[in-house]
Amino acid sequence: MIAFIGALPGAISQGLIWGIMAIGVYITYKILDIADLTVDGSFCTGGAVFVVLFGNGVNIWLALLAAVLVGMLAGLVTGLLHTLCGIPAILAGILTQLGLWSVNLAIMGMKANVAINIIDQNNLNKLLVSLRFVRGVADGNYPFYRHPILVVGLFTLAVIAVLYWFFGTELGASLRATGANPNMARAQGINTNVGKVLGLMISNGLVALSGALLSQYQAFADASMGKGAIVIGLAAVIIGEVLFSRFFINFALKLLAVSIGAIIYYIIIQAVVSLSGIDTNYLKLITAAIVAIFLAIPYWKGRFNALLTKFIRKRGNIDA
Amino acid sequence: MLDVKNIKKTFNPGTVNEKTALRGVDLHMEEGQFVTVIGGNGAGKSTLLNAVAGVWAVDQGTISIGGVNVTHLPEYKRAKYVGRVFQDPMMGTAATMQIDENMALAMRRGQHRTLRRGITRSERAEYQEMLKILDLGLEDRLTSKVGLLSGGQRQALTLLMATLQKPRLLLLDEHTAALDPKTAAKVLDATERIVNKDHLTTLMITHNMKDAIAHGDRLIMMYDGRIVIDVSGEEKRKLTVHQLLELFSKVSGSDEADDTLLLS
Repeated sequence: MIAFIGALPGAISQGLIWGIMAIGVYITYKILDIADLTVDGSFCTGGAVFVVLFGNGVNIWLALLAAVLVGMLAGLVTGLLHTLCGIPAILAGILTQLGLWSVNLAIMGMKANVAINIIDQNNLNKLLVSLRFVRGVADGNYPFYRHPILVVGLFTLAVIAVLYWFFGTELGASLRATGANPNMARAQGINTNVGKVLGLMISNGLVALSGALLSQYQAFADASMGKGAIVIGLAAVIIGEVLFSRFFINFALKLLAVSIGAIIYYIIIQAVVSLSGIDTNYLKLITAAIVAIFLAIPYWKGRFNALLTKFIRKRGNIDA
Repeated sequence: MLDVKNIKKTFNPGTVNEKTALRGVDLHMEEGQFVTVIGGNGAGKSTLLNAVAGVWAVDQGTISIGGVNVTHLPEYKRAKYVGRVFQDPMMGTAATMQIDENMALAMRRGQHRTLRRGITRSERAEYQEMLKILDLGLEDRLTSKVGLLSGGQRQALTLLMATLQKPRLLLLDEHTAALDPKTAAKVLDATERIVNKDHLTTLMITHNMKDAIAHGDRLIMMYDGRIVIDVSGEEKRKLTVHQLLELFSKVSGSDEADDTLLLS
């Protein structure tokens, strides 16, 4: 239990970082109505680009920006495969994801793992977020505003603010219409292909940002760091929706719910690990099971209700 | 206003499902004309409308709207000239968006969409006024999600949206067919009011022969991918359902008219 409480700040920090990716997933899955599997690849792309650029002495903000732009490029590829080549969205995402595996390795100089040198105190201090700061703030070696929860929290709020603004513009509204009803969108003069590509780009840009932040946090990028990212993103989206959809009506709050969903997911995972002592290699299986259950609940609920009404009607007939 | 010249369309060519839907259709509409289209199932009415709207490309022939050749323009570009209401009430509006947001999308039809506000405060007031013309109480539900509206309300809203930016051509694809008779009458009323107010050039498909006769100033009937009857003016005004059926039997050379037209 003490181990669990001790690990909470780290779990929350990680949850917040993955939450930014989950917001990206929300854009494709909920707004555009596309299950985009590119994210499993583009998450690592963001991390790889960041680590390599930062390691070569590039300014940290420029390195982050580059990670986002390359992530958007990945989204563009999926978007063009889908709209220009007529490949179903899921398959287009899988193709890009597969291709990105090689691209990511190439970015990292054909190594599966590239670290950031944080033994060098100077280098460490340049970072915006790091696992070291969690402990460092607790020990009083770093000021409280270096705490990852605060820093990533600000990132999250900034992302939500920008998205809230964007989806309120004419262009953003046309994206929402594209996802909500493509027939209607086209009848209103909206190029739905442009909408889809743009949405995929924004989404994967955020996913790459999240990947860059995670690699910064853990001080390395790994070729397999994005594996299962889409499922974690879906878990966050669904947990956020199940828990908050009743009172979070506003769009900005819905995005916040996704972020909180990611935090809750990481707290759950941390609890499972700390309290049961399970081999962490089982985490992916547990995640898959959790998401499968949450996705199935609405369907079962509908079937159960249908059965119930049928049963009640039958009894009504007998009584009459 | 609308110039359709010898358009042809075959679906799934070269397969067992091959279906020739349009076998060379010519149609010329003057500005301000209100044309009703009738015909049995599979006569090509909806295909004609979709061809004009640009849902897919025609195999042959040309389509011009207001002197602009739109034959090769994609659907979303033709939307600049065309307002549409679909048969399915779910198709014309975005269910997860608010009434005012849907209208704001329609208000920008044919315009470049930028990073300006998607909807302004003054617009909202304007929309509230416009919704009153529908007489459905929607003016008090501006921020309701469209998914909460009934089929009739959604259809009426779609109609209003199709005409927010005055279209060169209004296409109505059996837009009352999925509604109950009372609601259908209400939506048709609203249609008549809106079309008359702006003198819109309108092409309206209907299953109902009475409606086809009662509305518009010209009536065309389609059969087997062709326009077989075209009446307007005085002749159209005096037309009865009985005469129309007789006319159809003569043109198509069969008695199935009664069945296909009345039952469909």
